[in-house]
Amino acid sequence: MLNRFSLWKSALIIFVLFFAGIYALPNLYPEDFAVQLTGNNQSTQVDEQTLTRVESILKASGVEFKSSELQERGGLIRFNDGEAQLRGREALAQALGQSYVVALNLAPTTPEWLSNIGAGPMKLGLDLRGGVHFLLEVDMAQAVSQRLDVYVSDIKGNLRKERLRYREVEHREDGSLSVRFADAATRDEASGLLGRTFPEFLISSAEVEGNALLYISLSEATLREIEDYAIKQNLTTLRNRVNELGVAEPLVQRQGRNRIVVQLPGIQDAAAAKRIIGKTANLEFRLEAKPDASRTTTETYEFRSEPGRTAALEKDIIITGSSVANAQSNFDENGQPQVSITLDTKGGQLMGRVTRDAIQRRMAVLFVEYKARTVTETVEGEKVEKRVPYVEKGIISLATIQSALGSSFRITGLENPQESSELALLLRAGALAAPIYFVEERTVGPSMGAENIELGTLSVQIGFALVLLFMLVYYKVFGLVANIALTLNLVLLVAVMSILSATLTLPGIAGIVLTVGMAVDANVLIFERIKEELKIGMPVQSAIHSGFARAFTTILDANVTTLLAAVILFAMGTGPVKGFAITLSVGILTSMFTAILVTRMMVNFIYGGKQIKSVKI
Amino acid sequence: MAEKERIINFMGPRKLLAILSAILLLASVASLVINGLRFGLDFTGGSLVEVGYEQAADLNGIRGQLTDAGFDDAVVQTFGASTDVLIRLGETHDPKLGDKVIQALTVGGESVELRRNEYVGAQVGEELREQGGLGMLLALGMIMLYLAFRFQFKFSLGAVLALVHDVTLVLGIFSLLQLDFDLTVLAAVLAVIGYSLNDTIVVFDRIRENFRIMRVADSVEIMNASLSQTLSRTLVTSLTTALVLIALFIFGGESIHGFATALLVGIGVGTYSSIYVAANLLLAMNITKEDLIPPPKEETEVDEMP
Repeated sequence: MLNRFSLWKSALIIFVLFFAGIYALPNLYPEDFAVQLTGNNQSTQVDEQTLTRVESILKASGVEFKSSELQERGGLIRFNDGEAQLRGREALAQALGQSYVVALNLAPTTPEWLSNIGAGPMKLGLDLRGGVHFLLEVDMAQAVSQRLDVYVSDIKGNLRKERLRYREVEHREDGSLSVRFADAATRDEASGLLGRTFPEFLISSAEVEGNALLYISLSEATLREIEDYAIKQNLTTLRNRVNELGVAEPLVQRQGRNRIVVQLPGIQDAAAAKRIIGKTANLEFRLEAKPDASRTTTETYEFRSEPGRTAALEKDIIITGSSVANAQSNFDENGQPQVSITLDTKGGQLMGRVTRDAIQRRMAVLFVEYKARTVTETVEGEKVEKRVPYVEKGIISLATIQSALGSSFRITGLENPQESSELALLLRAGALAAPIYFVEERTVGPSMGAENIELGTLSVQIGFALVLLFMLVYYKVFGLVANIALTLNLVLLVAVMSILSATLTLPGIAGIVLTVGMAVDANVLIFERIKEELKIGMPVQSAIHSGFARAFTTILDANVTTLLAAVILFAMGTGPVKGFAITLSVGILTSMFTAILVTRMMVNFIYGGKQIKSVKI
Repeated sequence: MAEKERIINFMGPRKLLAILSAILLLASVASLVINGLRFGLDFTGGSLVEVGYEQAADLNGIRGQLTDAGFDDAVVQTFGASTDVLIRLGETHDPKLGDKVIQALTVGGESVELRRNEYVGAQVGEELREQGGLGMLLALGMIMLYLAFRFQFKFSLGAVLALVHDVTLVLGIFSLLQLDFDLTVLAAVLAVIGYSLNDTIVVFDRIRENFRIMRVADSVEIMNASLSQTLSRTLVTSLTTALVLIALFIFGGESIHGFATALLVGIGVGTYSSIYVAANLLLAMNITKEDLIPPPKEETEVDEMP
């Protein structure tokens, strides 16, 4: 019979819609202003006791709060409004001190039965909830150069071990190494040895001005490997640092070959975040040079706190910051800021071995910072920004070794508590494998985010209402059917976005608005077809049937091509534009479902299998 | 109750309108060459700070305050409301820029809120411009392939040229009026491609169908019939889409203004181009019944027609 759906088909459609309704539901519950509390290290955990303390702190400072609860990742305290949230965070940060990280957060109020089935609201993009977005570029040339420095000492060590005399190993500017030998025979022997020991080397020999030389460069695969390693290492370090900052839902992700995106929702103080994220600081522990040491084995550095005062240090590094297992900032007996350091096993052994033989000598802690200055050059009439990297090293402390040091000790000589706590944080989080630069930064204030949501929602509502009204007036009963389909489309769209945990951005909302406008197109195509068939005198039932059938290929072609454009937009876009592409693509798919199947089901239900002489459309 | 189909002679003024399209295209290209696009921060790189005042802001006062504080190259303009001020600065990067600007603006004790602070490196901007252009070409190429596969080469060429026409006109208007061209506008232009294509395909679909079933040889007549049959659908869809875009334009706030503008223009141009560029080109390319034979298999229902 014409225009009847089999029961299973209708049941399936209704099931999908029901399912969508449930998964879209969490978006109706408004989010709470909240503060998230996490322990700063393994020993401080948030438990019931902490929560009791938190509650009394809040009561004492007169901040009203909704509830406090224990979660997997720490404690969550909910507030009634944004103002209470800010005051609450301040009070808690002050009273709890450094052992806890207190972060602003928006907590979903999804009821338990919904979160149990994995339903949750859509995520809001930074432009809707406020926060900071950074795009960082990893300096790959520097990463390769650092690795080459390591190879220089490896090559020297290998040659020495085999008693092959070399004159000089040089790190050249073009990213290769050159080794100079006294004669060609030694060079050829060394070439064989190095080729066997380092299969990643590309070795060539040359004679320049009577010198026997070996040129060493790295293979393409090795360079790629170094780059990948640098990015991965930097990602880990950045994640650690971001975690230390106490951000509720941070995003740290690789983008392209040499870039990293960092998104910190809800962060207010962008400058502080940048100081910590961007810092490529490290420590070096070295012994002070003996007065009679040769100039070639020493280097002279200035003190950071006392410009002008210098000390000569040995070139050999005992350990670097990468051997640090834990670091805490606190104060010494005189109230001066200090950092207590615990080394890992290997670092502790090295430190013990060196200091045992150096009692009564002095050891320096050298603060190393990789920086870059941007200079603007004019090349062929165009301004080009160029970054010139440089390394800044300064002594932060020089103290006499009283006894052999073990794996834990303290560093003093820091300028202020802020410096000591930042140093401790950087040591805990680890050093960056290669310097990074900020190439993009976006900060959106929280009030602006709220305003964007409000305006976006308002325009969706008004646009939606206008379309509903128009369709009802123009197509009457069929218009009503299309309107129900359109509403269900919106529900389905929101449900799919929530299930995918896609991020909703302002352009994303624009995408929803556009989808609403375009989603009726499929219905319009079908209805106009039905109208035409009626005009040429086809009976109602067959007109409906053929209207749906013949509009289908048109709808398919039109939507597939639009989808193509949306997919390309997704592939090439970043951030907000990606958000737009996602909503548009999802919207196209869901609108095809609702406009074709759901409308069909309803039309069949109303008209199907009945004797109808005429129909208003 | 069979009514006689009303057929509008769409193709009558087709030569005139082809000339009009050519003129508009030339004007757009000329404006793009002479004025260029006013690229937003996303594409040029640089810094931008948006601040909010409690009362209407005094732009000249702000310019003075900024110059005093050493920001010589600041471009100051209101953004949407008179209390919102957008300040664009050169290509320097400074983590504390937002705070510094606020400091400079609050010298006289005004209360100013930092709403937004953006920095885009020059290189990132350049890459985006390149990627944007490349993405647009890629989209056109893919669409052309799909259409050549689903329809026929002449159709695919007609549709893609209509898209090029639309995109050029939208860009031309942005260039002529010197509206800010940022990432969201680029997204809108790509959405225009999607929309306009949608429209063209609906028209093409009907043209293809009519070429197979109508027993007249005259292509112009077939075009007119097809366009007349799809006219009410074209108008209804354009209208509903325009309705929501107008809502977005009026209520969506300043940051979405460019997006709504681009799409509104695009929908107007896209609807027009489906008829007078895409269909017109089909005629110009001498489309015939033979071009559409052999028919694809899915068109079995054609036999049902009287």
